Amino acid sequence: MEAMCAAAAAASEAGSPWFFNPCLVLSEAPRWVEGVWITLHLTALALVFGFVLALPMACARAARAPVVDTLVRGYVYVFRGSPLLVQLFLIYYGLAQFGFVRDSLLWPVLRDAWWCCLIAFTLNSAAYQTEILRGALVATAKGDREACAALGMSPWLAARRVLIPGALRRALPQLGNETVFMLHGSAIASLVTIQDILGVGRLVNGRYYVVYEGLLTAAALYMALTWLVVWGVARLERRYLRHLAR
Amino acid sequence: MEPQLSVRNIRKRFGLVEVLKGVSLEAARGEVIALIGASGSGKSTLLRCINLLETPEAGEVSVGGERVALGAGRRDAAALRRLRARVGFVFQSFNLWSHMTVLENLVEAPVHVLGLSAAAATQRAEALLARVGLPDKAHAYPIQLSGGQQQRVAIARALAMEPDVLLFDEPTSALDPELVGEVLGVMRDLAAEGRTMLIVTHEMGFCREVASRVVFLHQGVVEEEGPPATLFGAPKSERLRQFLARVRD
Amino acid sequence: MEALIGAGPLLLQGFWVTVSVAVLALALASVLGALAAAARLGGGPVGRGAAAAYSTVVRGIPDLVTILIIYFAGQRLVNALAGAVGLEGVDVSAYAAGVLAIGFIYGAYLAETFRGAWLAVPRGQIEAGVALGLSRSRLLWRIAAPQLMRHALPGYANVWQVLVKSTAVVSVIGLSDLVGLALKVGRRERDPFTFMLAVLVAYLLITAVSGWALARAEKRLARGT
Repeated sequence: MEAMCAAAAAASEAGSPWFFNPCLVLSEAPRWVEGVWITLHLTALALVFGFVLALPMACARAARAPVVDTLVRGYVYVFRGSPLLVQLFLIYYGLAQFGFVRDSLLWPVLRDAWWCCLIAFTLNSAAYQTEILRGALVATAKGDREACAALGMSPWLAARRVLIPGALRRALPQLGNETVFMLHGSAIASLVTIQDILGVGRLVNGRYYVVYEGLLTAAALYMALTWLVVWGVARLERRYLRHLAR
Repeated sequence: MEPQLSVRNIRKRFGLVEVLKGVSLEAARGEVIALIGASGSGKSTLLRCINLLETPEAGEVSVGGERVALGAGRRDAAALRRLRARVGFVFQSFNLWSHMTVLENLVEAPVHVLGLSAAAATQRAEALLARVGLPDKAHAYPIQLSGGQQQRVAIARALAMEPDVLLFDEPTSALDPELVGEVLGVMRDLAAEGRTMLIVTHEMGFCREVASRVVFLHQGVVEEEGPPATLFGAPKSERLRQFLARVRD
Repeated sequence: MEALIGAGPLLLQGFWVTVSVAVLALALASVLGALAAAARLGGGPVGRGAAAAYSTVVRGIPDLVTILIIYFAGQRLVNALAGAVGLEGVDVSAYAAGVLAIGFIYGAYLAETFRGAWLAVPRGQIEAGVALGLSRSRLLWRIAAPQLMRHALPGYANVWQVLVKSTAVVSVIGLSDLVGLALKVGRRERDPFTFMLAVLVAYLLITAVSGWALARAEKRLARGT
């Protein structure tokens, strides 16, 4: 089949520069499935771990905790102010040069491109999510807090039962944006050998010496996943932001 | 003598609702006409049709001899602009350009529509600011002025074009009660100067005192018109009587 | 560290490439964004459809994928055109492809910014100009544009900050930008960490300086509010 597809490609490419050979895409179906899985897996883990890191940082910032607030602000500034690609290269290419890293217990993890991506994406997303959650927490109405206090709730109870759930709902649209941002951002994993969606696309292009098949299929897959995210977030918003609708 | 402003058979609909059902109106030079009526009677729409902020389906407007026929078909854009330049319009919400100083607001149209030199326009603007009692506000931004002051600037902006006719669309409705007087004062002076004015207003006391004629609009037609003494003293139409009873109290 | 200083002039060149790609892309994006916003607001069904499709496609695809498609497809197109008229193919410059791709992507985002800003200008501001007989072009440039800019600047600044960071991926199509040069030299000198850290600091510098400048511009434009 592979040979057939390649022959078909070669024959038609010569005829028309715009020819798109679906055969090439279909013959690599298992690879594409795996690519989609890797993209989703990386994106989802980065978002979840990022959230776990972001929530306490956002609370510290919203509460203006001394020292911690400044440290978090610096962290957020660095990770939001520089490109994700540079952060990834710093971890993937940069850390390996240090002897103590290579000698440490973490080396099996840090030598692996997949883990480097996950770490870079997580740290990056944590910075963005911190800002999103901080904004949502600060926007929590003063009345909400006072109502909790008036009912005799401890600050911890109030945060857990009322303030954080409220802030999460308010942050939903922006967390949706961050999800799309991370999904798209994860495409750079292909630059450090990961066979994610774009990685498979480039592989297909390289293997058959074609231009469109791999990249356009990757683009279509990313677009479909983006729509899925947008649709899912809209559904969640309808459910959890009903109280804001008129 | 040809009337300064004449409006003939204006029709205007918004969707299915016919707001103006063929309204005609004339104003001689120096006449002050007050347009009254309940909200939704079409009085603001009529005013906006006169200088074509709204496009009527049919009718004709002429100002100082400049005539524009309306309705379907293409209109002469230049004639339209000439007409607008002869009609001064004062908005309920002032609509001063917020990114320009008071002076810039006043100079803009005289320079770029009438072709006045910047120096002449500035001189004219300063004189007008003095007339509306704001000689020291030339370099202020609109936001720094009170509502009453903004409306007086807006009146000066309209006057800077030396229009043949001044239209006022509820000029005091957006103002705090204590600021209404200063705007009405300026309008009273303008009436005394012999300006031709058409005023949509809810200030009945002001109508009675300043208007030479009052026009009562009801559901898109002129229901009754006449001198204020007759109209307020002995209204003929039942609807006008009801309207006056409601606004008077 | 010494290696970094030694590579200073080279890196400075890369820095210049990065900044100029970003600035040119922003200019292109502004034009495309204004056109798309105009089409969206008053372009009839065809214009509206085209603008909506532009926005949907660009927002659905990662920057890196769009850049690769424009680079490779652009090369194909040029070759095909050259072949059709019997000329030898020319190499599409990676620089032009980078500017084109990033400008194309962020034009879609700016279209939203401009559209929102236009809708935020109170109708009365335009009406006052119409009532005074100002010409269309005068209305647009003297009344609408300044107010539009005021409403658009925060969003514009935001797009710029994201755009600058997205220039990092142009090294993928072989452009010798800051990231590409630093990675190459850094690996050769066996010190990629220091080199990438320097790149990171350079980007922070760009975002900080432009953030400061934009905040100042915002203050200036806020006159009269």
